[in-house]
Amino acid sequence: MAAKNSVMVFVQQDDGKVAEVSIELISKARELANRVKSKVTAVLVGSGIRKAAESLIPYGVDHLYTVDHKGLAHYTPVPYTRVLTDVIKKYAPQIVLYGATTTGRDIAPRIASALRVGLTADCTDLQIGDYQSKGQTYQNVLYQIRPAFGGNIIATIVSPERKPQMATVREGVMKMSDPDPSFKGEVIEEKVELKPEDFPSEIVERVKQEKLVNLKGAQIIVSGGIGVGSKETFQLIHQLAHALGGEVGASRAAVDAGYVSKDHQVGQTGTTVRPRLYIACGISGSVQHRAGMDESARIIAINTDPEAPIFQIANYGIVGDLKEVIPRFIKAFRAKA
Amino acid sequence: MGLNLIVLVKQVPDTQNITGNAMKEDGTVNRSALPAIFNPEDLHALEAALTIRESVPDSRVHVLTMGPPSAVQVLKDSLYRGADFVALISDRRFAAADTLATSYALKCAIEKIGAYDIVLCGRQAIDGDTAQVGPQTAEKLGINQITCVSEIVELDADKRTITARRSIEGGFEKVRSALPVLLTITDESYPPRPPSAIKMMTYKNATTEMSSGDFDETYLTSGAELKAENTITLWDINAINADPDSCGLPGSPTKVKNIDMVVLKSEEIRMIENTEEAIGGMVHELVADHTLG
Repeated sequence: MAAKNSVMVFVQQDDGKVAEVSIELISKARELANRVKSKVTAVLVGSGIRKAAESLIPYGVDHLYTVDHKGLAHYTPVPYTRVLTDVIKKYAPQIVLYGATTTGRDIAPRIASALRVGLTADCTDLQIGDYQSKGQTYQNVLYQIRPAFGGNIIATIVSPERKPQMATVREGVMKMSDPDPSFKGEVIEEKVELKPEDFPSEIVERVKQEKLVNLKGAQIIVSGGIGVGSKETFQLIHQLAHALGGEVGASRAAVDAGYVSKDHQVGQTGTTVRPRLYIACGISGSVQHRAGMDESARIIAINTDPEAPIFQIANYGIVGDLKEVIPRFIKAFRAKA
Repeated sequence: MGLNLIVLVKQVPDTQNITGNAMKEDGTVNRSALPAIFNPEDLHALEAALTIRESVPDSRVHVLTMGPPSAVQVLKDSLYRGADFVALISDRRFAAADTLATSYALKCAIEKIGAYDIVLCGRQAIDGDTAQVGPQTAEKLGINQITCVSEIVELDADKRTITARRSIEGGFEKVRSALPVLLTITDESYPPRPPSAIKMMTYKNATTEMSSGDFDETYLTSGAELKAENTITLWDINAINADPDSCGLPGSPTKVKNIDMVVLKSEEIRMIENTEEAIGGMVHELVADHTLG
């Protein structure tokens, strides 16, 4: 039974391992589909992916389309675009979501170009609402919300006249829901015929290091900025993170100054985080940095400058020198915990 | 045999220098309020093309930009750095184009040039950060793409293959492709060469055949083209055989619904004294509500 008008997610996988952002998007798609009273569909393309497909159903996928082909184990643009474009044409979803990853941002524009539909890049929020234009009201339109202009504005983009409405969504901004093992969904295998000329790219080498820093999964993040002052003083950030059982983050300025590696960078060009507690030390709070952390449940700002913008989004503010504040913090925590 | 290289560049407002009147009331960018610059990653794409030309004799570097007449500045800058041919794609009917309509116009202009082997552009432009126009153009041309390229590892002009290193999350991959191909270039390598002083002298007054002094898009007429090379060619919508319904506003499925300036949320903040007692009290609260511990 074909489900037209669904909310569809492109599931990104590599070697059968599904990207976290795809599960975040399925969770969001479930919410959007409930709102517009339609189904959630997902497309998983790869090789030997049946098991991965079944593992996604409990997140709320009604129909999961798989395209299994040995040439599709790793992403390359031309064959993936062909396959996805065919599936989208066949099932005519109203919305298609992609992770704003290297892969998602490689394929989504090609599909938008092939289908001649709109695409909004790097969204940080998605909502459903009405849109009025030239005396006409479009109902249940996807609001595609994203920072633009170097993070200085937030734009709401719509593409009401053509379907599907498509967006890439930044990793880590949508909450992953808990899987429901009793959820009933169906895996549907799609057949494709691909010719050698559909594979103009060949991956000749690939080097991937597992990230040593897990900012996205961290519940507590202690971040340092340029105000920390030196690589030596940055040890205090490491000490506080270690004491609290948290991860070390940093602003771009601190990374550029060489205090810590880029893996630690939080913000628009780094990782987007939403921990239980974010402690910003010597970070002034640029728009770009805030874009990556302002969804944190609690924020403590420590800064010598009482006028630093970071205080405007913090729950607790301490004006003072890190060299005094951090040892006091650690001492107090050891005493209480 | 030399290669035909086409570089797509964009003039962008310098988003590092935002002022209060940067946005117009209708939500579009007030470009006049910001200094206009050569999109940084496009300069790296141009440098990559010039580097290829040095290694493959008889290659030619063509530079295309779509924009208002003032965008001619990035074309002059391309000439100063050594481009062989530059063209401005400009027409009122291209105004308010989203990435889809932009890629369509660029595809028409590339086909106007004719034979090409490698199309290069920056990974993304700093005004929109979408990284969409490159892949959208590649799809419209029906050619392969390699995005986020940090380095061209190998180029075999005879076998017509290219191998490029591209950045991916937590690492890189090397991808080999047949030509023609579109590459999007990051700022990780190909630092742009400075403009040549001699070329600046040659081209600083480069202008178009149709213009006398300051040129305006009202000067553009169908098929306006320059005969001489190394000056600026002007193409309007008819010159590139573009369908007006696929250009500008009519060709753009995305609409800006509204724009919000980023405003800091003003939750109540508790200022904590920098003393052992006060910090201890805060830690106690955070432990009590399970934020800590």
